[in-house]
Amino acid sequence: MIDRRAALGLMAGASLAGCGRNDGITRLSFWAMGNEATHAPQILPAFEAANPGIKVVVQPLPWTAAHQKLLTAYAGASLPDVSQIGNTWVAELAAIGALSPTPAFADDLLQDQFPAVLETNRIGGRAMATPWYVDTRLIYLRTDLLARAGFDAMPVTWAEWKRAMHAVKRVAGDGNFAILLPVNEFEQLLTFGLQGDQPLLRDEDTRGNFSSESFRAALAFYKSLFDEGLAPLASAAQISNVWTEFARGYFSFYFSGPWTIGDMKSRLPAEIQPHWTTAGVPGTTGPGASAPGGSSLAVFRSSPHQDAAWKLVRYLSDPAVQARFNVITGDLPARPSAWAAPKVASDPYVTAFNGQLARARAVPKVPEWERIVTEMQIVAERMVRGEFTVQQAGAEIDRRADRLLEKRRWMIEQGRAA
Amino acid sequence: MKPRVILLNVGVALIGLIVLFPLLWMLSVSFMSTGEAAVFPPPLLPGRWTLEHYRDLFVNQGMGRYMWNSFALATLATGLALAFTVPAGYAFAKLTFKGRDRLFQLLIGALVIPAQIGTLPLFLMLKSIGLVNTYAGALVPWLASIFGLFLVRQYALSIPDEMLEAARIDGASEGQIFRRIVLPTLTPILVTLGLFVFLGSWNDFLWPLIILTDQSNYTLPVALAALSREHVQDIELMMAGAVITVAPVLILFLALQRFYIRGMLAGSVKG
Amino acid sequence: MISRRERAAWGFVAPSLIAIAIFFVIPVVSSLLLSLTDFDIYALADLGNMRFVGLQNYERLLTNPLFWQAMKNTVWFSVLGVPLAIGASLAAAVILNARTIKWRPVWRVMFFAPYVTTLVATAVLWNYLLHTRYGVINWALTSVGLPAVDWLGNPDTSIPAILIFVVWKIFGYNMLIFLAVLQTVPDDLYEAARIDGAGPWARFTNVTLPAIAPTLLLVSIISVAGFFQLFAEPYVMTQGGPAQSTVTVLYFMYEEGFKWWNLGSASAVAFILFLCIFAVTMVQLAVSRRLGGDHT
Repeated sequence: MIDRRAALGLMAGASLAGCGRNDGITRLSFWAMGNEATHAPQILPAFEAANPGIKVVVQPLPWTAAHQKLLTAYAGASLPDVSQIGNTWVAELAAIGALSPTPAFADDLLQDQFPAVLETNRIGGRAMATPWYVDTRLIYLRTDLLARAGFDAMPVTWAEWKRAMHAVKRVAGDGNFAILLPVNEFEQLLTFGLQGDQPLLRDEDTRGNFSSESFRAALAFYKSLFDEGLAPLASAAQISNVWTEFARGYFSFYFSGPWTIGDMKSRLPAEIQPHWTTAGVPGTTGPGASAPGGSSLAVFRSSPHQDAAWKLVRYLSDPAVQARFNVITGDLPARPSAWAAPKVASDPYVTAFNGQLARARAVPKVPEWERIVTEMQIVAERMVRGEFTVQQAGAEIDRRADRLLEKRRWMIEQGRAA
Repeated sequence: MKPRVILLNVGVALIGLIVLFPLLWMLSVSFMSTGEAAVFPPPLLPGRWTLEHYRDLFVNQGMGRYMWNSFALATLATGLALAFTVPAGYAFAKLTFKGRDRLFQLLIGALVIPAQIGTLPLFLMLKSIGLVNTYAGALVPWLASIFGLFLVRQYALSIPDEMLEAARIDGASEGQIFRRIVLPTLTPILVTLGLFVFLGSWNDFLWPLIILTDQSNYTLPVALAALSREHVQDIELMMAGAVITVAPVLILFLALQRFYIRGMLAGSVKG
Repeated sequence: MISRRERAAWGFVAPSLIAIAIFFVIPVVSSLLLSLTDFDIYALADLGNMRFVGLQNYERLLTNPLFWQAMKNTVWFSVLGVPLAIGASLAAAVILNARTIKWRPVWRVMFFAPYVTTLVATAVLWNYLLHTRYGVINWALTSVGLPAVDWLGNPDTSIPAILIFVVWKIFGYNMLIFLAVLQTVPDDLYEAARIDGAGPWARFTNVTLPAIAPTLLLVSIISVAGFFQLFAEPYVMTQGGPAQSTVTVLYFMYEEGFKWWNLGSASAVAFILFLCIFAVTMVQLAVSRRLGGDHT
């Protein structure tokens, strides 16, 4: 039996067809991804109460489809008014002229921000999007298995870490692994790649630099984790439930961002709760770097509701609101002053992110970046499956990156791109 | 002789089981509670029957909206496809006009060209006239159905010329003849073609995926594909979504299967 | 002067022909033109960023390993899929054609039913049936003592895994066609063969096969074209993975065009796909003509 609520939902869905009602209320469409989409509706009522003329309609997007959806929506002229966007997409969306730069009246939103994060949102000297939350990836780990393997703290160098992984795998037993590195996700390898001292692109970011000595070291380390049986050769889709598997000890180290704190708290069984924590990324010789990630709030140029849209951005950037959102989602506030809020400051899992953010290292700001790292991962997956050696993989990534950057080289020569 | 008969019938029943099992399993899992299906060995029947996933789909995931889109688009596509192809199919079969046979040869030749070739320019074209992300944009390919035209023509060939001539002698206009004589005669193939288009539109994926860029316009398959990326681990929820998507077309097909199968054989064997 | 009847005829065909011209012919032709440009997301923003690049898209595709991988995968899908699907259809048709089968109409409809189901929905369903750890198929395998297979996770088994699904979904279609043809074969022929002492296999090769040979050929042409256009299956089940082992040409075109917005290069892919389908069709038509000649 489908109850009345369901029937109502069905009718509501049908009646939405008559959008664009003219009742004096501005309906702001707001696209958000994953966790933020799930929880944003909890903090929006206060905004709507303060702005009676504005109603916010949240549309959730899966992270894996979000980038593509934004471009598709741009092509189809169906962009929302405001959207959450990945930091690394700012350059691309700015290049096609989709973003509305921060107007003078909202300049104060750019105060009280992490400089490295703000920098990723600046294109040609103008802020094109406003940081919403910051993140960076670090390691989630099973402290009990690590302790049983004879390690009382997370190692800080690659060599030591690998020793720990071997020990953990022995403790976890047959059929289990030490770390999960889904072969369809580029973030893990990229993080390894950031530990080196050489930049990822060269010649004004118009050519790949993936054959550099330091990136080859990252490739070799990545490959060795699979070769030595420490990581399962699986894509994310094949791990049917990350939390169940983490609880079972299928893997003990997991690369992720702050959004996973909430999932771990709610999805792991009670008996595992005392036995996990977060720790910084190991580097080649000491605590490692990782990419300053996070999401920004973008107002699109196509939006007819610029004022209302910026009101929403202002509300979501408010340190108090960000502190509240942190409690709900685990997202780390973009405004440093929000970190002082007692509930943010007291979370033990968050402290590791503090240190990790201090060691953040920016990735190149070119519109093609998303595609370059996608190609990088395609090559890397083939490498771990034995099709390429480390050397060949580096050269292959360079070749693909150079090809992707050809248009950029031409546009720079023509003076058509910054 | 007897054991052979039994063996054959058992063999057929076994194929039947393999064919039917996935669909039954889908139905069964859709009633299981969350997480129940993700164990080994996989359970065949729910331990506790629940409708929570159907409720979740309609209340939280906007399934009602997608269902409405699918239904509206399929209905409109059916109406439009019939309106465009039936008169043309009849004319190619029974009316003479200059260049008819050459034109028909060309159309037959064009059947070899997969429609996907034109997808990209068609998208740009529709973008320039503002039809991206509209029902109209999603319906456009159904107007240009060479196959439908061909199917109607094959069937219309069997209309006796004497019948049309008699009506002409009685002074009926071509439009009247079409309405009063041709359409009633063509009814079976109209049902068939309508069914093809309705199912085709309901099940279509690539074009709606490209042209319907906003979630509120998604059809069921597009929404289901998006949902499956977000909810891979929620087997039970996804199966409920699959049931909702498949059930209407399956029921429609079972109700009208005679028309479907007859038309399908007419379209392919003679081709 | 055009007669009244001819005017009426043009009135009947015009809407349809105009629609076909605008929404089919023009796009197909422009596709060729688009494939000679580097139309990309920058050009979408400003047409000034589009360049005419001649055959560069084609050159690049031919040196792009992923494109060749997509071609190779597509050929594998067809080479394995066409015989499998047609074999299954034929087997089912022959069994169903036996006079001793009860409830034939019921089986006919049941076997055909998967064909009309929504591809995306059943692909999602099979994703779970093929699941490595909790899937019904691996459960069946392990319960008869066979090892579990990492169907969609291993590049070597991902194509067969998708094909299992595809065959399940489509075999009923060709089965119905074969069945219709088989029912036109006179029983006397089988009787005569039986009297000559031919066993079931000999009757199949001497009576059944010759009777359906022309249909078999036609059906295989259509099937090859169909297998060349696989898209939703990898999109839903594997997203092209693992290790791009299920990226088909159409999937590659979709990603190139609508994920990365390289419409120029994607059009080149579309055009190459068309040439492939066209070539296969021509070869098969030529073969069929020769076979037809033998028969008369």
